[in-house]
Amino acid sequence: MSGAAPLPIALPILAAGGAIVLRHRIPWPRALGLSAIAIHLGLAIAFVFATRTGEVLAVQVGDWPAPFAIALAVDPFSALMLLVASMMVVTCTVFAIATGEDHRPFFYPLVLVLLAGVSGAFITADLFNLFVFFEVMLIASYVLLTMRAGASQVVGGTVYVTTNLLASTIFLLGTGVMYGVTGTVNMAELARVVPRSPGAIFAGALLLVSFGIKASLVPVHGWLPSSYPRATPAVAALFSGLLTKVGVYALFRVYSVVFGGGPGFRTALLVIAAATMLAGVFAAMGAESMRLILSFHIVSQVGYMIMGLGLFGVMGLAGGIFYILHHIVVKTSLFLAAGAVEVHEGTGALNRLGGAARRYPLLAAGFALSAFSLAGLPPFSGFFAKLVLVRSAFASGSYAIAGISILVSFFTLLSMLKIWNAVFWGEPPDRHGDAHSRRAGSVAPGVLLAVVSVVMGLFAQQMFELSRTAAEVLVDTTPYVDAILGGAP
Amino acid sequence: MTGALIVGVLVAAGVYLVLQRGIVRVALGFVLLGHAANVLLVLSGGTERRGVPLADAQNAPPADPLPQAFALTAIVIGLGMTAFLLAVAHRGRDVIGGDDTESDEGTST
Repeated sequence: MSGAAPLPIALPILAAGGAIVLRHRIPWPRALGLSAIAIHLGLAIAFVFATRTGEVLAVQVGDWPAPFAIALAVDPFSALMLLVASMMVVTCTVFAIATGEDHRPFFYPLVLVLLAGVSGAFITADLFNLFVFFEVMLIASYVLLTMRAGASQVVGGTVYVTTNLLASTIFLLGTGVMYGVTGTVNMAELARVVPRSPGAIFAGALLLVSFGIKASLVPVHGWLPSSYPRATPAVAALFSGLLTKVGVYALFRVYSVVFGGGPGFRTALLVIAAATMLAGVFAAMGAESMRLILSFHIVSQVGYMIMGLGLFGVMGLAGGIFYILHHIVVKTSLFLAAGAVEVHEGTGALNRLGGAARRYPLLAAGFALSAFSLAGLPPFSGFFAKLVLVRSAFASGSYAIAGISILVSFFTLLSMLKIWNAVFWGEPPDRHGDAHSRRAGSVAPGVLLAVVSVVMGLFAQQMFELSRTAAEVLVDTTPYVDAILGGAP
Repeated sequence: MTGALIVGVLVAAGVYLVLQRGIVRVALGFVLLGHAANVLLVLSGGTERRGVPLADAQNAPPADPLPQAFALTAIVIGLGMTAFLLAVAHRGRDVIGGDDTESDEGTST
């Protein structure tokens, strides 16, 4: 199974190439894209199965000896992230087909390159390759975001591109400093060397800033709400599930494997987590369009994940990982629901919508399920993810962050009710939505993901076991390091 | 020391340009920041401890090839990013009518 580790990267790239060549033969890009994504999903399921007891599948690309080869490693955390990423790409592509977005030239090649970049970031065990895969992902996302190329996309795209370019440059500087101090960028070697290299903390600080921007932590979150609402609905949904979470993944990976949990960073991370949760949710309560509210919620929710990282330990990380998995599913579901309303009604502004529950009952039900899950009501996945985090906070005596996280849940519910009241209840406005565009395909993906969230809640025990196994490999890095370096000194 | 100064000057100039309003200046600022990162990558190979690459092999240990490969990769990525940023700027001139990044405020769609 470890020989299959490069496939989640190679397969989408190859399919993207094919889809570019065959882009004028209409059914081909779609067929190639969908089959590549389906195989990717199958691979991800196989990886989760193969790593469920904490195995690490490592492969040295090109068969060079251990510290010199390009190392790829799939541990339980990577496998789970691959699986949800794959699921999000499937559902967003189905949505794009239903709304006709996939007819844009290069839609499939871009989505496939995005998937390859995201998968690469999850699988690589090398700091510089992490940078490269970030760039692969970002290049695809830049083009997807500005695809419609109206004034709004250009303005949003400028903010998005410049901010991420700055973050990438800082990442590159951090990698350079890391190599200068330790002489390696292989994460397994770094895990051994960094505890003996005090200078590595400078590289760590640079990487924290860079990943923080990419994960949209307060105070460097402003780019996200000013760019996501401007993308087309399917693309915004895809971004909401994948992009910031790759930044969060990088934070989890680098701080636990390379810095051994970095005790010096933990207080800072908890303060940032609290600020992120509060600032995000308050901004969401003041926003006036569906996707803007949801974008601010991404910011707020990333705070919970960072809270898990700040608490550290098996329980803290397990809570954080559970939260990431839950959040990706639920947030994409909400963005798809908002996107469906926008496609049918022609607007996402709260004051121009109303009565949507009567016209799209299934969509409204799916939105309600996801909104409750986001706010953390039982028995949805959000409740259990928050439960693990809050219990872990109490266990480590961090009462302040536990209190803040519960408080933010109430405000989350409040702002979800704001969308619900304005969009789904009340009287429909005097306009008539274009009934011809009402297609089941645009409603089904969001509802399906809402159901996935419910299932994750019902099987919370199994989800928690998986998250805990993933967290154990992050806390005790010996299996990860040994798998990559083959036990060499 | 020379290397550190070069990085410092490049970052200072780059940050100054990135903080300007015009998108073309911002793009140029990122070019300079990218150069700073590339110089820093090459420096991380320890230029003072090592000799020139390949040429003078018997006297000094040859240059570390890995950071040079990093820099090469980063240059390629930087070129693509610059091209894209300039393409966005060009498109902005058509649909917004200028390269001012502050000309469309508000975040609603």
